[in-house]
Amino acid sequence: MARRLSREDKQGLTLIGLPFGYALIMLAAPLAMVVTFSFWTQDYLDINRTLTVENYRAVFSQPIYQTLLWRSLRISLIVTAVTVVLAFPIAYYLSFHMKKNKALWLFLITVPFWTSYLLRVFLWKVILGYNGVLNTALLKTGIIEEPLTFILYSANAVVLTLAHAWAPFAILPIFVALEKIDRSLLEAAEDLGDGPFRRFWRVTFPLAIPGVVAATLIVLIPTVGDFITPKLVGGTDGLMVANMIQIQFGKANNAPLGAALAVTSMVVVAIISIGIYLVGRKIGGRVAR
Amino acid sequence: MKRGTAPKWLTIYAVAYMVFLYAPVVLLPLFAFNDATIIAFPLSGFTTEWFELLWSTDALHSAVGNSAVVAFVTALVSTFLGACAARASSRYSFPAQKGITGFIMLPLVLPEIIVAVSLIVMLMQLGLSLSLWTVVAGHVLICTPFSIAILSSAFAGLDQSLEEASFDLGESRWGTFRRVTLPLVMPGVISSLLICFTISLDEFIIAFFLTGTDATLPVYIWSQLRFPTKLPSVMALGTILLALSVGLLLLAEWFRRRAVRRQGLDASSSEGLL
Repeated sequence: MARRLSREDKQGLTLIGLPFGYALIMLAAPLAMVVTFSFWTQDYLDINRTLTVENYRAVFSQPIYQTLLWRSLRISLIVTAVTVVLAFPIAYYLSFHMKKNKALWLFLITVPFWTSYLLRVFLWKVILGYNGVLNTALLKTGIIEEPLTFILYSANAVVLTLAHAWAPFAILPIFVALEKIDRSLLEAAEDLGDGPFRRFWRVTFPLAIPGVVAATLIVLIPTVGDFITPKLVGGTDGLMVANMIQIQFGKANNAPLGAALAVTSMVVVAIISIGIYLVGRKIGGRVAR
Repeated sequence: MKRGTAPKWLTIYAVAYMVFLYAPVVLLPLFAFNDATIIAFPLSGFTTEWFELLWSTDALHSAVGNSAVVAFVTALVSTFLGACAARASSRYSFPAQKGITGFIMLPLVLPEIIVAVSLIVMLMQLGLSLSLWTVVAGHVLICTPFSIAILSSAFAGLDQSLEEASFDLGESRWGTFRRVTLPLVMPGVISSLLICFTISLDEFIIAFFLTGTDATLPVYIWSQLRFPTKLPSVMALGTILLALSVGLLLLAEWFRRRAVRRQGLDASSSEGLL
């Protein structure tokens, strides 16, 4: 028995070896290298390999990096909150009020997401712009007299565009969590005298927390690193840390500083994510067996 | 509890949300066929001029070619790696299973800019030059987790007794894999190939950092967005891409469903034979 198990072990490890090896070489090694790299410095065209915390001192002392980091974090958190709050009712609607064709609706929700990301962001620029679709429509209907100028090239535009871009990623995990809820629990709550409102907050919502946490993390983590949306619709007030990373690796030619920025934002996001996960586990409801 | 009858406000909200989701996408074909160089309302007339323009743009053609090569190789490699991982975690148990699988799935939650930056740092240090192959390397990394997610369900639905029967009847391990396992998971494999192809085709950030002199399609589109006169043809290009992606996705979904059906049918038909 023990021998058979160990042979099974070996076969399993051999199989997983290839993808794991690939991830080690192409992900673990590069990540380790970025961390090392962030402790080196750029010396004109060469890299000075003396270990130093110079880059991190710059990241934590120069106002521009501080501003960008805080803004990225603030925008990402707002985007995440907006996206998840907007997505929840849709997931709820699909799970509880759609009797058939659920798969079709899920497919319809993911279709816009398969348009080129660049073009989707650009199209929001077309909608929100001075001569854009929204302003034209509002002027025509007489709701406003002058075109609105505060929407495009601002943090608002970044929030709106990202909330759109990540919508399916928020809807799907919440939907999955809602689908798993045993419907008899809801009936039980009702039989015990809970109205729809209390039933939702005392049964449905706590049980949906794992999905909400998953959605929050799936949206939050990548949005911190986005640089297309800020660049296309953000204007100067909407630039985020990823834009600075890209500039350091490109025009500014200070890759070690870029690496330090990347590492710093990753660590900050990781800490926040772990916090959200732990809070979610604490307040999330569990069905006792 | 009135199941199935949604409150009115929820239905209205759902409709409004769908409008929000589709608002930018609907504009794409509208402006692609619009007879004006400015991307704004009102629309002026119908034209297919922008599509014709695409035929005569050489830079676009080479970008399409590059993207096709990158997406094709990425789809093959990541589906192969994904199949290994999915098979290993559904059929075998081995030490540190969760940790290893979790690590392979990590790119799913890692910001793409981190993946891109770390790969470029490594390539710089190794003194390797950027090319389409470096883009493939990055894309394989982010596509493999998707492939694993798709193939896991295909391998998990596999009835192990079919393989055992094949062993008992004297087939070798390779023979069993080729004649029993592979045909059963084939639809899942095709579905994974299509999804990986689609993801790679649309990926911008990694391609932007890791591409050398040969631009992929999204990198080409990015370069065009700066020129207002090029915008209508970019819209036309986007329309074609949208149609293509949706087509590929429908195909992938069809194969995935066939996989589920086939496994169900095969199980029942083998029962019938017994």
